[in-house]
Amino acid sequence: MTVSATAPLKQAGSLFAFALDTGRATFRRPFQVKEFLQQAWFVASVTIIPTALVAIPFGAVIALQVGGLIKQFGAQAFTGSAAVLAVVREASPIATALLIAGAGGSAICADLGSRKIREELDAMMVLGIDPIQRLVVPRVLATMLVAFFLNGFVSVVGVMGGYVFNVVLQDGTPGSYIASFTALAHLPDLWQGQAKALVFGAIAAIVASYKGCNAGGGPKGVGDAVNQSVVITFMLLFVANFSMTAIYFQLVPPKGA
Amino acid sequence: MGVEVRVEGLTKSFGSQLIWGDVSLTLPAGEICVMLGPSGTGKSVFLKTLIGLLKPDKGHVYIEGTDIATCSERELYDVRRLFGVLFQDGAMFGSMNLYDNVAFPLREHTKKSESDIRSIVMEKMEMVGLVGAEKKLPGEISGGMRKRAGLARALVLDPQILLVDEPDSGLDPVRTSFLNQVMIDLNEAFSPTFLIVTHDVNTARTVPDNIGMLYHRHLAMFGPREMLLSSEEPVVRQFLNAQMVGPIGMSEEKDADELAAEAGQELPPLPPIPIQQLPSSGMLRPTQREPGAWCREHGITPPPGSFATATVGAR
Repeated sequence: MTVSATAPLKQAGSLFAFALDTGRATFRRPFQVKEFLQQAWFVASVTIIPTALVAIPFGAVIALQVGGLIKQFGAQAFTGSAAVLAVVREASPIATALLIAGAGGSAICADLGSRKIREELDAMMVLGIDPIQRLVVPRVLATMLVAFFLNGFVSVVGVMGGYVFNVVLQDGTPGSYIASFTALAHLPDLWQGQAKALVFGAIAAIVASYKGCNAGGGPKGVGDAVNQSVVITFMLLFVANFSMTAIYFQLVPPKGA
Repeated sequence: MGVEVRVEGLTKSFGSQLIWGDVSLTLPAGEICVMLGPSGTGKSVFLKTLIGLLKPDKGHVYIEGTDIATCSERELYDVRRLFGVLFQDGAMFGSMNLYDNVAFPLREHTKKSESDIRSIVMEKMEMVGLVGAEKKLPGEISGGMRKRAGLARALVLDPQILLVDEPDSGLDPVRTSFLNQVMIDLNEAFSPTFLIVTHDVNTARTVPDNIGMLYHRHLAMFGPREMLLSSEEPVVRQFLNAQMVGPIGMSEEKDADELAAEAGQELPPLPPIPIQQLPSSGMLRPTQREPGAWCREHGITPPPGSFATATVGAR
């Protein structure tokens, strides 16, 4: 195999084209309700427990970091506020996205990849059915839905973890922790967190589907595709996260600024 | 009645590697054709190009006036309804049992009631000898059964053109003969146009009306079976008789030294042309020609002993 300099560009281009096809197929009827529900359940079932297990230490670490920093500034009263800000704005969508990509995306990619090498996808196209509409769209929407709810879940668990850590271990005052919630954070922070989760879910599912649908070269090809899909998703997630954060700060100035 | 497939100047390459170039042939309506070729000559690629799963670099594939190579996605999906395709491993949907697999195209494309679907599905299952296995998942059955199930699914929309990718790979010779018989009977009953991709010489010698051969990135020859089976063309002759003497080597074509070493060797005489496998009825299929007809028309003496048991109507 010769690797040309334009190969990465081609990849990026066809991934983008695939995303556009998926977007277009989303509005084509009939919508695959059954597949959507099955996939939503499936993605939820592989992500909920790992996410909960990650969210608790995640909240605790943030409480530890922020608590220490804030003590140095002598602004302990704002500990709760800072923790909420960090968890809701950044930590929770990222944790959600990593788990969605790592657990949900890899499963989607492996499933579609093995269908691809068994020529099931070709057979489907020959039978006059578009696999993007039939298989990819329900998976992308299901992943977005699960990411949305998972993000809310992680936010709650993360904030609670932070609370327990701060109050029990760092001798914080429960009242001031909770009272300071709204000092720096405001409702749009939660909306942008949820919006991020939706976008991250879409990215994870589209990359996983793209890689799965283009797997080749037997069982090893599927393994490679899963591996690549997780790596590519992570890279895209952090770029998308940065862009969305930057745009959010332009649209909604931080409270009191 | 089957549909004619006209291929003109078809060329396909992956990256800078040419798979085959300038392939032109016509699959006559209602006839059985076999596409032969050594491993790795792009036979499966050819088949996938015919249904538009792969886009050719150049050339056209005309089916009922639609050019598969250039038509829109929508037209492509319409034209594909004429096709039934049997993929190498059957390509059954792993999450559905055999019954649902075979019923799938009917449920997607027709508004038939479940009881109508049931009768059609059971009819096709019986045709391929899978009655009793409807509830099995594709993962639970043997490769041969998967192939037959794939055939049942390919048949369910009464296709005008059937493309079959290596029906004999991974099957024992007896099952291969049975599967060939099923295809011949189908052709007799519904006259769809068949294209079978294979490298099984026995299938190629006894089943088709026409044979084509892909070799060395081009179509070496395409024509009536008797034309190829009586051909002195080195590549065709070597392949159809599974010999080592000739231009085809182990990896690709032989180099000049190897060919020079073979120069003095006498080629074994052409074996007799076998008679075509007949449908179960024992009668000639509508598009089947009398044994030896082509040779007589073209003034070619078939190898001695050809058509030895060629009494039509008896088996």
